[in-house]
Amino acid sequence: MTTITYREAVRAALVDALQRDDRVFLVGEDVGRYGGTYAVSRGLLEQFGPERIRDAPLSESAFVGAGIGAAIGGMRPIVEIMSVNFSMLALDQIVNTAATLRHMSGGQVSVPLVIRMATGAGAQLAAQHSHSLEVWYAHVPGLRVVAPATLADARGMLWSALQDPDPVIVFEHVALYNDKGELPEGAGAVDLDRAAVRRPGRDVTLITYGGSLPKVLAAAQTLAERGVEAEVVDLRSLRPLDDATITASVRRTHRAVLVDEGWRSCSLAAEISARLMEQCLYDLEAPVARVCSEEVPIPYPRHLEQAALPQPERIVAAALATMGGR
Amino acid sequence: MTTLDREPALQRLHEMVRMRRFEEKTAELYSDGKIRGFLHLYVGEEAIAAGLMPLLGAQDNVVSTYREHGHALARGVTARAVMAEMFGRVDGCSRGRGGSMHLFSTAHRFWGGNAIVAGGLPLAVGLALADAMRGRSAVTVCFFGDGAVAEGEFHESLNLAALWRLPVLFACENNQYAMGTALERYAAQPDPCRKAEALGVPARRVDGMDVEAVSQASAELIAAVREGQGPRFVEFATYRFRAHSMFDAQLYRSKDEVERWRERDPIASFEARLRQRGWIDDAARAAIDAAVASEVDDAVAFADASPWEPVEQLLRDVTTPRAAP
Ligand SMILES: Cc1ncc(C[n+]2csc(CCOP(=O)(O)OP(=O)(O)O)c2C)c(N)n1
Ligand SMILES: [Mg+2]
Repeated sequence: MTTITYREAVRAALVDALQRDDRVFLVGEDVGRYGGTYAVSRGLLEQFGPERIRDAPLSESAFVGAGIGAAIGGMRPIVEIMSVNFSMLALDQIVNTAATLRHMSGGQVSVPLVIRMATGAGAQLAAQHSHSLEVWYAHVPGLRVVAPATLADARGMLWSALQDPDPVIVFEHVALYNDKGELPEGAGAVDLDRAAVRRPGRDVTLITYGGSLPKVLAAAQTLAERGVEAEVVDLRSLRPLDDATITASVRRTHRAVLVDEGWRSCSLAAEISARLMEQCLYDLEAPVARVCSEEVPIPYPRHLEQAALPQPERIVAAALATMGGR
Repeated sequence: MTTLDREPALQRLHEMVRMRRFEEKTAELYSDGKIRGFLHLYVGEEAIAAGLMPLLGAQDNVVSTYREHGHALARGVTARAVMAEMFGRVDGCSRGRGGSMHLFSTAHRFWGGNAIVAGGLPLAVGLALADAMRGRSAVTVCFFGDGAVAEGEFHESLNLAALWRLPVLFACENNQYAMGTALERYAAQPDPCRKAEALGVPARRVDGMDVEAVSQASAELIAAVREGQGPRFVEFATYRFRAHSMFDAQLYRSKDEVERWRERDPIASFEARLRQRGWIDDAARAAIDAAVASEVDDAVAFADASPWEPVEQLLRDVTTPRAAP
């Protein structure tokens, strides 16, 4: 076991990919000389050179589109977009090109592209740098969307994503980069298809992903102290969703609380809630509950930012409410 | 070059010192935790805002970026309102909701710090379009960095403004870097003026470290735009003395390079010039420092005394309240 941060785990995954496959290269704004906006790629320029660690101009649409072109041309690009907010400038290339080429070409052209981007709030970066727009991409057929929430997934998902023949978007929540923990030696690729039960429990299922996982685990701990055994499901894959793991858990616990840093309306939580209605309505003993961000652009001051986001206390309260307010 | 008269020259010096001290204070306050989030300082680039902004009238529009404290102050937004905004307090110019990167003041037709690089350019085109369609003689000045020139929105906006002959002055603050990437490392054609010209917008390069050069060139360009000659592009060659934001190890440039530019400090060099002209002495210079120090102290005290917005108001200002039917 080695002690490592989430940031270092992502970096280790990048190094591994660059060493194992000479078609892999990293491109994005300030990935090279600056060392990466969140210092993820620090040192890689020195190690792999400017051909494979490419600083891009402020041209999100162009360098994402170039990543798509390089992917269909036989490379395995990893495109880094500084934040999901800036990925809006590349939305056309991601949604209208990357996601559609395979289908429009009648199956001739696959796009083995990996796009990494930071997401989420918590650092008081205000309303143009803090949003969780994962669901925009999870809406789109042709894309695969994953959200590593643990060190093992930060280390393992990148390689798995590179093995995927289709575009994969990897969301790294900014609040996770400094998380520290143990990573087994030789940790490697992981299964991208399955959600994971991060804590077993029999009374209520808490379903979440990405940066909300630590908050949900904290809530589960509080609930345990109050005699409620919560099961915590980490979605890991936001598209496709692992219905089997989600519904199996809810069938056991009969209660579900969905925790999602996206806004409630049209959220991933909304989608999962609909699936629970479709697939296990008669197993439920309480209405499905959702803890999402408040419907406001993320405000700058800390107290308002924190009030806008899901918090352990709100998760605990929602879980207790499904238990009849115990 | 024609020089400024004595009074305006002293005012420009005062304004630059004011911006500098204000921002140096905010850097301290950042370390104290009073200011959070991203903080992008304008230190080194003050001559641009100080030289250009006094040429604008109340009807004119200003569109800015996340590096906009100097723009807002020079436009007339009070130091109190800017500081309170950076503290996140309710008396801030954006009620605390925006912070350092999102200063707004409609009273000053200051249409925001925009933290999406190049995001302000289309907005400026639209403001100018409205003025043109309403027959107003206003000018819209749009500030952006050199990095923005790489974005599609730069090209699309200049083309549109030229095509429709709109009254926009596109003011590129070329501080040689987009975050940690040097201009020559991200632009195959590193001369932004040639790009503007290619899009049909007459362009001019100006020394952005010299407040008098900025002032003179801007006056000519603004006059041309106001007369209805269509948009103009100006590149102010400048340099940021400090890190890109407070999270920047500055691995991408040498201390020597920073030192070389610091020798051309817009404040020190202008002060030396004014001393040569005999327009300022030690006492007058000390008086500027004292006035600025007390204004900044007052702004900090004001910001610190301003309340936090109650959490109950979290959801306000998402949409516009409707009058009751
Ligand atoms: C669309 C978009 N992409 C990336 C960023 C991240 N970012 C913020 S400032 C910046 C550098 C911009 O450089 P420049 O336009 O030269 O302005 P300067 O900071 O030098 O004043 C970058 C890459 C952003 N805010 N918006
Ligand atoms: Mg710049």
